[in-house]
Amino acid sequence: MLKITNLHAKVGEKAILKGINLEVKPGEVHAIMGPNGSGKSTLSYVLAGRPGYTVTDGKAEYGGRDLLAMDPEIRAREGVFLAFQYPVEIPGVSNKYFLKAAYNAQRKHRGEPEMDAGAFLKFIKEKAKSVEMDPAMLNRSVNEGFSGGEKKRNEVLQLAVLEPKLALLDETDSGLDIDALKVVAAGVNRMRGPQRAFVVVTHYQRLLDYIVPDYVHVLSGGRIIKSGGKDLALELEKKGYGWIEDKVAA
Amino acid sequence: MANQDLKELAEREYKYGFKSDIEADQVPRGLSEDTVRLISAKKNEPAFMLEFRLKAYKHWLTMTEPTWAHIHYPKIDYQNVIYYSAPKPKKKLNSMDEVDPEIRATFDKLGIPLDEQKMLSNVAVDAVFDSVSVATTFRKTLAEAGVIFCSFSDAVKEHPELLEKYLGSVVPYTDNFFAALNAAVFSDGSFCYIPKGVKCPMELSTYFRINAKDTGQFERTLIVAEEGASVSYLEGCTAPMRDENQLHAAVVELVAMDDASIKYSTIQNWYPGDKNGKGGIYNFVTKRGKCAGKRSKISWTQVETGSAITWKYPSCILLGDESVGEFYSVALANHYQQADTGTKMIHIGKNTKSTIISKGISAGHGQNTYRGQVKIAKSAVGARNYSQCDSLLLGSDCGAHTFPYIEVGNTTATLEHEASTSKIGEDQLFYLRQRGLSAEDAVGMIVNGFCKQVFAELPLEFAVEAHKLMNISLEGSVG
Repeated sequence: MLKITNLHAKVGEKAILKGINLEVKPGEVHAIMGPNGSGKSTLSYVLAGRPGYTVTDGKAEYGGRDLLAMDPEIRAREGVFLAFQYPVEIPGVSNKYFLKAAYNAQRKHRGEPEMDAGAFLKFIKEKAKSVEMDPAMLNRSVNEGFSGGEKKRNEVLQLAVLEPKLALLDETDSGLDIDALKVVAAGVNRMRGPQRAFVVVTHYQRLLDYIVPDYVHVLSGGRIIKSGGKDLALELEKKGYGWIEDKVAA
Repeated sequence: MANQDLKELAEREYKYGFKSDIEADQVPRGLSEDTVRLISAKKNEPAFMLEFRLKAYKHWLTMTEPTWAHIHYPKIDYQNVIYYSAPKPKKKLNSMDEVDPEIRATFDKLGIPLDEQKMLSNVAVDAVFDSVSVATTFRKTLAEAGVIFCSFSDAVKEHPELLEKYLGSVVPYTDNFFAALNAAVFSDGSFCYIPKGVKCPMELSTYFRINAKDTGQFERTLIVAEEGASVSYLEGCTAPMRDENQLHAAVVELVAMDDASIKYSTIQNWYPGDKNGKGGIYNFVTKRGKCAGKRSKISWTQVETGSAITWKYPSCILLGDESVGEFYSVALANHYQQADTGTKMIHIGKNTKSTIISKGISAGHGQNTYRGQVKIAKSAVGARNYSQCDSLLLGSDCGAHTFPYIEVGNTTATLEHEASTSKIGEDQLFYLRQRGLSAEDAVGMIVNGFCKQVFAELPLEFAVEAHKLMNISLEGSVG
C-alpha cells in the first residue's frame, strides 16, 4: 500500500528526514516512535503533502502511484488521512457542513453521487454516536472552543466518516487523559480491517497499550534506526530512547 | 503555501462585465447650472425640486473633495463626466411587457427578470439603468397593502408632498461633497413609503446597473416607515468592465417613526477594475437612517465586494428613546481595490442601543479600512454600543486598517469594542485540503465562516447569493 524508499525531506533549509525506508501493507498497524525532534511529525506531514515540507530525495509510492506528485487534496481523496496533532479551528464553519463538504469531495472524486443534506445528517449522527460524541458538537464551529480531548475525538469522527485506506495518526494521544485516550483508541480499533493500514506516530508507549501495533519503528535523527514487534515499544518505555541511540552509535 | 493555485483562482473574470448596446439620451459632458436645469427639465420636475438642486449645486461649488479617507486615486475631473444618460424609450410604457427588450435582456442576464411571473415571488424590484428607473414590479400588489414603491421620478410626480417633506431631511445637501453633488444632479432611484401599522408584505429591492460609458450614476433612495410599519429592502449593483473609472455617488435616506423598523441590505458588486487595478467604479455613497420615533429600529447589512474605491458609512441617528441601530458589514478588497467603510452611530435618545459588526477581508494588493464613529450625546442616558471589527488578511501585499472614533457625553453609557486581525492560516488551508477540499473551496469556506455573523443578517434569498459572490470575488492572492 505504502512504500517509502530513501526519503529525504527538509523544512525550510533544515534537513529533517535523512533516508527513511518503510513498507506498510493493507491491514497492518505500524507505530513510529522516537524522541522529540526526530522527524516523526515531519514524516506524517510529508506523506500528507503539507506545503513547506520539501522532499529532496527518495520516493513514496501509494498503491503503486507516486504519492509525492499528488496535491494534498488529491492524496486525501485517494484515501490518505492525517489525524492532526493540533487540529485546527475554523471559526464560523459548522462541523457538519465541513464534514459534508469533505465527504462529498471524496465521493465526487470516486465518481459517486454526492450525498444530500438529509441523508448526510442521519449518517453523521450515527458516526458521532460511534465515537461517543455529543451530536450538539456537529453544529459547533470546527474545533472552535473544543477541549483537547474533544478535538482529538473530532479527528476520530472524521476518520470514521471518511474511511481512508491509509490513516496517519500524529501524536493522537498528546493532551488526552486516560478516559479520552480509551475512547479515541476504541474508535481507531473499530476502523482496523484487512483493507486499511495505520501509521501511528507517538512519543509514548501508553497509546500502544490500546492501539496494539504489528510493527514498531524507532525514528532518530531522521532515520529509522530500529524496527521490531510490539515488544520493542515496551523495551523503549523501560530503557528510554537513549539506550537505543547509544547502541546504534556504538 | 499553494501560491500558484491561489493565484490562478484570482484571475477569474468579473461575471457581470458585459455591455448592452442601447441608444441613450444623454446630456452633454460636464457640470454647470445649465446641466442641473436640463436634468430637472428632462424630468418635468416641480419647482421645489429644481430649487433643491440649484441650492445643492451652489453649495457644492463652495466645497472641496474630502481627503481624510485611506484611499488613493487620481483626481476626478468633474467636467468630464456625463451626468445624465437614459435609454431612449421607444414609446411610453404602459406595462412591464413594453420595456425595451434589450434592457429586459440585460436584466435577465443579470438574473433579475423583470417579468413578474419569473421573479422570486416575494420580492418586488425597481430596476435602475444608468440614470433612470426602467421598471418597477409588483406595484399593484404593494399598493393594495398601502405600500408605495416606485421610482423616484414617479414619486416626484405622484407624491410630491411626501418628497418635499422628507427629501434631504436625513442627509441634507450640505452634508458632504458627494451628497451635495448628488443632490444637484441625481436622476432617479427608488422611493418606498410604508404607512402606519403596515408590515410590508414582500421584500423590496432596487437593482442598479451602470451601462453607458463615461457616465456617472447618481441616484437617491428614500424609505419612510410610519408608526409601527416595517420593511426589508435590498439593493444590488453591477456595471460593465471598462478601462475608465466611473463615478457613482448615491444618497440613501431612511426615516423610521415610533415602533417602525427598516432593514436595509446591500450587495454591492460594481465592477472592481481588473487585476492590475485598471478601471472600476468609484463608489462614494452617503447612507443614513434616522430613528425618529421611540423604539424604532434601523438595521444596515452590507456586503461590499465590488468597486475600485468604496467610500461609504451607512449610519444611524438614534433620536427616539429606546431606538436601535445596527450595522453588519462585510467588505472585501482584492487586487487593487480600496475600501474605506464603516458606520456612525449617533446616540441622542435615552436608552438607545447600537451594534456594529464589521468584517474586512483584504487580498492581493487590496486595502481595507474600517472607519466608525460612536457618539453618545449628553442626552443619551443609558445608551449602549457594542462594536466588533475583525480583519482577515489573505497574503502579505494587502492591508487592513481600523479607525474607531468614540465620543461619550454621558457617563451612564456602556460601550464595548472588540477588534481582531488575523491572517488566513496556512494551517487552516492545509487542514481543509487534507480532508479533500480544493484550495479554492478551502479559502471560500474559511472566508464564509469569517463572514457568517453578517450573512446571517441577510434575507434568506440573498444569503446564498452572498456566499457565492464571496467565493467568486475573493479567490486568490494568498501569498
